[in-house]
Amino acid sequence: MDDTGVVIAFYVLAAMTIGSALAVVVVRNLIHAVVALIGTFAGLAGLYVTLSADFIAITQILIYIGAISILFLFAIVLTPQSGRGNQESFLRFPALALSGLVGAVLIYVAVDTQWNLSDRGDFQETTGTIGELLLDTYVLPFEIASVLLLVAVLGSIILVRPEPAEEDD
Amino acid sequence: MSVDLEHYLIVGAILFAIGLYLTVAKRNFVGVLMGIEMMFNAVNLTFIAFSRFAESDQPLAGHVFVVFVITVAAAEAATALALAVMVYRTRDTINVDEIDLLKW
Repeated sequence: MDDTGVVIAFYVLAAMTIGSALAVVVVRNLIHAVVALIGTFAGLAGLYVTLSADFIAITQILIYIGAISILFLFAIVLTPQSGRGNQESFLRFPALALSGLVGAVLIYVAVDTQWNLSDRGDFQETTGTIGELLLDTYVLPFEIASVLLLVAVLGSIILVRPEPAEEDD
Repeated sequence: MSVDLEHYLIVGAILFAIGLYLTVAKRNFVGVLMGIEMMFNAVNLTFIAFSRFAESDQPLAGHVFVVFVITVAAAEAATALALAVMVYRTRDTINVDEIDLLKW
């Protein structure tokens, strides 16, 4: 991957991803935090494109930007009395220390380890192979995931549905 | 000059650390959930990066795993946000400092 364009794209997208993630932390309004989170998701979708993961990039845009961000917005507007604040709790400094340590350890391991790299190059197209794998090797997890989604949808509906009015039937 | 596996792993590590900070330190329950989603995304990025760069018989298995992670993350987000709305209905707050029914 000696392409200058890919290098520039990586650094721009990485800066966009991490910058938006930091904005989620510092922004004072929760709605603005969701907008910054969308920036993070979009930057990650771009990073997936630079890794030649076309199917995952589109999935990221559809599910994270299209669905989960909207879900966050709904949760915020459905809880109006609790305010739009995005403040930290009393755990601010312990959390800073913890996340700093975890990040430092992960970066150290990533840089220090001798990974078993291959010179395979970019994937040509991934969608067909992913589909074959899903319905062949990983068919059982695939079915379990579909049952999990069904249960999650039913559970969410039952949880959020308003209490039925008192009726004597 | 080229972009290697380590670059992506470092981006993933930073993103994971930011997500962990959000999860532990935010006062609003929705903020905590944003941190959890961010950690999921960091892990997905490392999966895709290893899938692209590491030696393997079936390199696209990493992509399949990411599909499952996204599925589970979507189910988790739907359920957790429904829980947030329900807690708000019964207690009029989603401040995690004030949801302390189990504290004695």
